[in-house]
Amino acid sequence: MKRILPILLALAVPTAALAGPGDLGGSEKQPINVTAIAMFFAFVMGTLGITYWASKRTKSASDFYTAGGGITGFQNGLAIAGDYMSAATLLGLSSMVFATGFDGFIYTISFFVGWPIILFLLAERLRNLGRYTFADIASYRLDQSKVRTFAAMGSLTVVCFYLIVQMVGAGQLIKLLFGLDYAVAVIIVGVLMVVYVTFGGMIATTWVQIIKACLLLGGGVLLCALALSKFGFSLENVAAKAVESHKAGVKIMGPGTMLADPVSAVSLSLGLVFGTAALPHILMRFFTVPNAKEARKSVFVASGFIGFFFLIVCILGLAAVSIVGTDPQFFEGGKVGGKLLGGGNMPVMHLAKALGGDIFLGFLSAVAFATILAVVSGLALAGASAIAHDIYARVIRKGHATEAEEMRVSKLSSLVLGVVAVILGIMFEKQNVAFLVGLTFGIAASANFPVLFLSMYWRGLTTKGALWGGIAGLVSAVTCVVLSKAVWVVVLNNPAPIFPYEHPALFSMTLAFLVTIVVSKLDGSETAKAEKALFDDQYVRAQTGIGAASASNH
Amino acid sequence: MSDADTYARVRQNPKFHELVKKRTRLAVTLSVIVLGSYYAFMMVVAFAPGILRTPLSQGSNLTVGVPVGAAIIVVSWLLTGLYSHFANGEFEELNKDVVREVLE
Repeated sequence: MKRILPILLALAVPTAALAGPGDLGGSEKQPINVTAIAMFFAFVMGTLGITYWASKRTKSASDFYTAGGGITGFQNGLAIAGDYMSAATLLGLSSMVFATGFDGFIYTISFFVGWPIILFLLAERLRNLGRYTFADIASYRLDQSKVRTFAAMGSLTVVCFYLIVQMVGAGQLIKLLFGLDYAVAVIIVGVLMVVYVTFGGMIATTWVQIIKACLLLGGGVLLCALALSKFGFSLENVAAKAVESHKAGVKIMGPGTMLADPVSAVSLSLGLVFGTAALPHILMRFFTVPNAKEARKSVFVASGFIGFFFLIVCILGLAAVSIVGTDPQFFEGGKVGGKLLGGGNMPVMHLAKALGGDIFLGFLSAVAFATILAVVSGLALAGASAIAHDIYARVIRKGHATEAEEMRVSKLSSLVLGVVAVILGIMFEKQNVAFLVGLTFGIAASANFPVLFLSMYWRGLTTKGALWGGIAGLVSAVTCVVLSKAVWVVVLNNPAPIFPYEHPALFSMTLAFLVTIVVSKLDGSETAKAEKALFDDQYVRAQTGIGAASASNH
Repeated sequence: MSDADTYARVRQNPKFHELVKKRTRLAVTLSVIVLGSYYAFMMVVAFAPGILRTPLSQGSNLTVGVPVGAAIIVVSWLLTGLYSHFANGEFEELNKDVVREVLE
């Protein structure tokens, strides 16, 4: 199973790639990089300005959670792309291609395929049935209190694990690139996240994501053009030079051994495709647009940018093989083929330095940091809405809380989440975060996705089925990850893993679906009958949008 | 008119069934194409990787896998465009008709 671990590390959406063994975690503090810090400050000042502007426009709970539903499809598409193109896609995927060639490309493709599926199967129903959180959808016809409590717990678990990964990645990246202390870096990220979210809500968060997406796309395209200019703008020349320079030679242009095991390949891709479709902060972005039409447009725009960016990232990785891979200045002790300076995830950063000097390196570092800020803000908002909207307003106050009260709880929740994120980030500094990412995806795909999907598509779903199935998915995903090599062997120092695969989705997601269906079928109670009967109405609303929360209600 | 009445009237509208049928057929077809080609690709990676390692032309360093992989990304994206085109055009008009007929 040795070959699966690097996969997880690199795939591990946001920053697992940043935390692989011997990677950033073990990196030394670098000398202060003045250009990078100047650009970073310019970015932070700009986004704080936006937050101030957004705070004037954030009046109602709807503004706070979903920007009043007033984001256009194109803007939302960019923001979704900003949420999904994390620092790890830039650093992690390019370094995968740098190290393994075509295998890295396979990952890139797996990362992408979820998006068309989200559009075809989920986007319009999400928009038509939901208001602030995805629990709105499951609780349309099921028992509100129970389903919301469960969905909020699922969301919060995913959000917390994801936050840890982001915070650890941010701390290590900043330590490396800016020469700051790890703890200082984590606190800066936490403070900025809380400021964006509590003052600017979804409006500020969205614009931070949009700006960051543009910076990342612009930077990527520019770097790609600079790189291609070294090869006479011919992909054939890039490949020829790469094959010549890479120690594996011509093998890097075809599939290697990384995905040779079909069970792992399928499990991994299931986790990626359906985990992505069940991440609370991604789902939340579908409620920021006024209607299903704009929701569809946003996925079209988002997947265009994401696909385009991913292809560029692959070219960058391939170009780095001959440009960075043969230049002694990027290797520790100047030994070509040895350990890369700053760890295995740095090829694209070195490429920026090789092609555009310190200014470009500084720019790209600032963008990588901006990326982390954008993602943690989205996460904090998703967590805050789960606490304030689902648990506080709907379960505790049974819908009797005023908007002002609900917003106060939201802001307080994001503050608490910020503090928790900083504490966890510091606690987990030395932790191998690969298993946290496995958990995050496993939980999203196994606990959230089956309930979300079946509540939209299957008349027979009942509250009992949703709860038992969701819990089965959650528990089995956690158990599989704990018993897998990443935790059982690497963290707990046992000799051999009990669960032989690194990714649980194939097993835990299937189990969740099975339990949900069987328990629902066995549930012959009167409430179950009433819940099934309500499906017809829900179906009409899901298809037509009649009765859906409209745009701004002020 | 309560929501339940409205929904009941929508269900009696033939255009609603036409909308659902057409849109579902498109969504399912496109999902099958995207997932089918992706998993076919993954199975070739797992069981017959040699195919993807074939050079594009004699002496070329680019392999068959490169355009095939890129095509999966580009074609999937184009299909999202196709879906949006129909869902936001023809189907959206049909949807508006249903809403208008039922709510008036």
